[in-house]
Order: sequence, then C-alpha cells, then structure tokens
Amino acid sequence: MVFLQLFWVFFKIGLFGFGGGYTMVSMIRMEVVDTYGWMTAGEYADLLALSQMTPGPISINAATFVGFTQGGILGSLIATLSLCLPSVILMSFVIALFFKHKESPYVKKPMALMTPVVAGLIISAAVMMCDKESFTSVLSFVIFGVTVVAHYFFKVNPILLIVLSGIAGWLWGIYN
Amino acid sequence: MLVLKLFWEFFKIGAFTFGGGYAMISMVKTALVDKRKWLNEDEFWECITLAQSLPGVFAINMALYTGFKISGKSGSFGAMAGAALPSMIIIVLVASFIQNINGLKTVKDIFAGIRPCVIALILVPGLTMLKKAKLDRRTFWIPVLACLAVCLLGISPMYFIIAAIIGGIIWAKIVIRKS
Repeated sequence: MVFLQLFWVFFKIGLFGFGGGYTMVSMIRMEVVDTYGWMTAGEYADLLALSQMTPGPISINAATFVGFTQGGILGSLIATLSLCLPSVILMSFVIALFFKHKESPYVKKPMALMTPVVAGLIISAAVMMCDKESFTSVLSFVIFGVTVVAHYFFKVNPILLIVLSGIAGWLWGIYN
Repeated sequence: MLVLKLFWEFFKIGAFTFGGGYAMISMVKTALVDKRKWLNEDEFWECITLAQSLPGVFAINMALYTGFKISGKSGSFGAMAGAALPSMIIIVLVASFIQNINGLKTVKDIFAGIRPCVIALILVPGLTMLKKAKLDRRTFWIPVLACLAVCLLGISPMYFIIAAIIGGIIWAKIVIRKS
C-alpha cells in the first residue's frame, strides 16, 4: 500500500513539478508532511538539509530519502523511478514533435523565444542563491570570483573547482 | 559501448553535483561538449532549453535529452541512470549510517567553500546561454524580465515558458502568412 502511495505521490510531482529542485521540494513537503503525515515538518527540514549536502539533484535526493524511510531500498527505488517516469513519457512525445519537425517555424520560433527565457531563469537561480549563508567570509567572494574566471575564460573542469573550493573552505575553517 | 560511456560521464557528474540540477549544466557541458565532443554547442543549448521547458526534474530531463541526441533512446536511459544512481546510493548509505551530518563542523566548513563555487557554476552557463540566444534590441529584455520577475516577484517560471511557447507559435503563424 505504501508503495502505491509512494508511486502516486512522486509520479504527480514528476508530472507537475516545474522550475528546478527548490519548487519540487516544497511540493514534496506538502504531500509528505501535510497530506500523508509520513514526517513532521522538522524531520522534513532535516531531510532537506541532507538533500542539499549530499551530491546529486535535490529532488532525487529527497525522493530517495522519503522512499527509504517509508519502504526501505524498494521504497527508495519506487519513489525515485516514479519521479523520473513522467519525464521519460513526456520525452517520447517531445521527440516525436520536436526532433521530427525541427525545421518547422512552429518549432523554431518558440525555441528562439524559450532560449532567452531559460537563460534568464538560470541566472535567476544563481541570483537567488546569493544570500548571507552562501557568502560568509572574504573567502566566499574569492572562491566565487576565481570560479567565474577559471570556468568562463579557462574552461577549468567544474568538478575540480568544486573539490578545490571544498578543500579551501575546510582549511579556512581550521585556521579561523 | 557509447551507452556505457554516457552512463559513466553522468555518474561522475551526479556524484559531484552540489546545489541542485542547475549546477550540473557546467559539468555536463564540460564532459559532453568540450571533452568528448559528442555534441556541439548549439545542440547542447537546445537540450538545456527543452530540459528546462518541460516539467520534471531538470537534471533528469537534461540527461534524457543530451543522452538521446548522442545515442538515441538507449543513450537517454544510460544518461538518466548515471545521473540518478550516485544520489540514490549516497542517500541510502547516509540515511542508514549517519544521524546528523549537518551538525559536523568540518562538513559546514567544506560547504561554506562549495556554495559560492556552485553559484558561479550556475551563473556561467546562464551567461553563456545569453550569448548563444543572439539577443538584439527587440529581444534583450526577455531574459532580464524573466530573471527579475522570478527573483523579485516570485512568479513561477512556468508562466514565462508558456508565454514563450504561445508567443513563438503566433510569431511562426505571422512568418508563414507573410511568405
């Protein structure tokens, strides 16, 4: 029964969730805390912190976590797969529509308008993350500046930059 | 074999993504466009536009569409599995063994370093994409407006995507009528 509920909750979120991990995470909270009462609000806040601290897309982390607490490994698999399933189903439609009619103005013109919108949305995601929690010291600004220059101008591998930033933060913590 | 390579690239990326799916854009571009040269820049940004314009997990959509472009349906499944698997493994391990990961000072310090790096890693592809959109005097306000409305007014990005799709269809109708 709980497996069916997990499937239904995360399938819905995968189908209607939109606008990046943070929006989905609040949808998950509504279902998990308010509708089903699987967790308290406090437990969900802990889960969220954990989802942000562990690697991977935040909503995948949250789904795996909720599924695991409700139904073990099988629960986590069902929750995560159900979250991805709508994307897979939608993709077959999009491929049929988009890739087959690529040269049609009905595809080209909407894409021409969607691209600048998406660029604006990605930048907004970066802007909204700029708060006191992200810029705690001089080091934060240095890391930010160095990453922009290193990645934009010198195409330094982002994984390397993340590892180096983590090490810098760790050392800074030790000496302060 | 290509499917396995795709899986592995996304697996590595999934294991190092902090701060959500947007942080993956730079990594996917570095791996698929710059290093492997499986996609050219235009194809890549097309996939990003599609991934963001559809509902669902952005990172999963991004894996599905780039994977499909590179190696068809099997490629899309390989990429998706690679993107999701590290998350699942790590969460199950952490949930089983560690009670309070965010209480550790070392973890806090490391994340204080990673956070500004992630913001930069999201900002850079956003700017690159702006350049790719080839904006002119008539269109430069589109990303500005979208960004401000989401940041300041908290309007759902969905409305902008829908407006862009409807606007694009009307634009296409006009172009077709003229020709």
